[in-house]
Amino acid sequence: MRRRVWILVLAAPIVLAAAQLVRDSRGFTASAAQAPTSGAEVKIDNFSFGPTALTVAAGTTVTWTNRDDIPHTVVSEDKVFKSKVLDTDEKFSFMFTKPGTYGYFCSVHPKMTGKVVVQ
Amino acid sequence: MTKKVKDEILHDHNKDGVDRRGFLKCMAWAGTGALCVMQGGVLKSYSLSRLSDLGANAAAAGELSFVQISDSHMGFNKPANPDVAGTLKAAVDKINALPKAPEFLLHTGDISHLSKPEEFDTVDQILKATGKEVFFVPGEHDVLNDDGAQFRERYGKGAKGAGWYSFEKKGVHFIGLVNVMNLKAGGLGTLGHEQLEWLEDDVKHLKSSTPIVVFAHIPLWTVYPEWGWGTDDSAQALAYLKKFGSVTVLNGHIHQTMQKVEGNVTFHTAASTAFPQPQPGKADSPGPMKVPAEQLRSILGITDVNYVRGQQALAVVDSSLA
Repeated sequence: MRRRVWILVLAAPIVLAAAQLVRDSRGFTASAAQAPTSGAEVKIDNFSFGPTALTVAAGTTVTWTNRDDIPHTVVSEDKVFKSKVLDTDEKFSFMFTKPGTYGYFCSVHPKMTGKVVVQ
Repeated sequence: MTKKVKDEILHDHNKDGVDRRGFLKCMAWAGTGALCVMQGGVLKSYSLSRLSDLGANAAAAGELSFVQISDSHMGFNKPANPDVAGTLKAAVDKINALPKAPEFLLHTGDISHLSKPEEFDTVDQILKATGKEVFFVPGEHDVLNDDGAQFRERYGKGAKGAGWYSFEKKGVHFIGLVNVMNLKAGGLGTLGHEQLEWLEDDVKHLKSSTPIVVFAHIPLWTVYPEWGWGTDDSAQALAYLKKFGSVTVLNGHIHQTMQKVEGNVTFHTAASTAFPQPQPGKADSPGPMKVPAEQLRSILGITDVNYVRGQQALAVVDSSLA
């Protein structure tokens, strides 16, 4: 129990820093809102999503790119979004409009999991 | 000390001085002619050479022999093997050259790479050259985008649910299972409640002396969960098969041969006809493994299975395409 408390205390500054970063990038995104390319990227490499957890502002379009030699999918655990199978270098995009945490996985290799946190 | 324990005869069903483990060990040596390693109680055999004379004699003595092929991945064209049609044809040549023609073939899934109709067509066309009936179960690559509708249309007529079925050949009961559908985030392969109920019912009426062969794509034993190499509810399936004296489980998915014996159940995975994958944990991911072109065919292969009436264990012999 004690150990858990310590982790929380240690993690707090990191979380704050991350939140700051997100605020910064959100500011940037807002100022570049007219640019159609604004969005966030998730790369699929070596049977994993990178970053595993991605935090974005509501309204951001996230694009996944499969860089493996093996096909993968991007499927929301709550059936919010579902890609077709992505062969090498194929992409899938989804715009997140509502805040929340969206867990997803590869339905072909379900050990591959990730999440998008929308603020 | 450890070695001594492993060489002890544990289950001498045939009273021939050889238990199942020892028998398999022999067959692994006979079939692959080279390397057989006991590691953590698991016997691994590596296909490195041709079917030996001993393997051929064993096949000639049996009542029923069939061939398992797996993971053709038709449509794959990356550096690990730019010619998967060529290596599948080499597998067919190998099958046609067997000293005793097999009764039929089992394909344990990943027939196609991307579930495209033309990929299935190509495999069907190549396998036709064996002149043998082929029994299929789907791999995850065969049920992309359509929850397996196309697979069932092509190969699953008369099958139940997602494509599971059973049949008899010369007194051996074969069960094809589907464990690549409705996979859950973070999980392994899944059979599901409906299929398990069917399985329980399917084997209920069989005598315990009936030899059972179960085939499915993803291993029904936990090979390496970190890479998803296992099936979440396989223990329940195996519980229904407990009463049988001889159960052989044939899987694919991991693109390498592996064997394990647990009680009366022998587990075996077949090599791919397309490309090799790394040994568990020996790479960052289970992705295709690039080997020098001249070595490729030595680690792709087929599996010849031979049943001799009255013997508990089925002889499982791997041979490479080299």
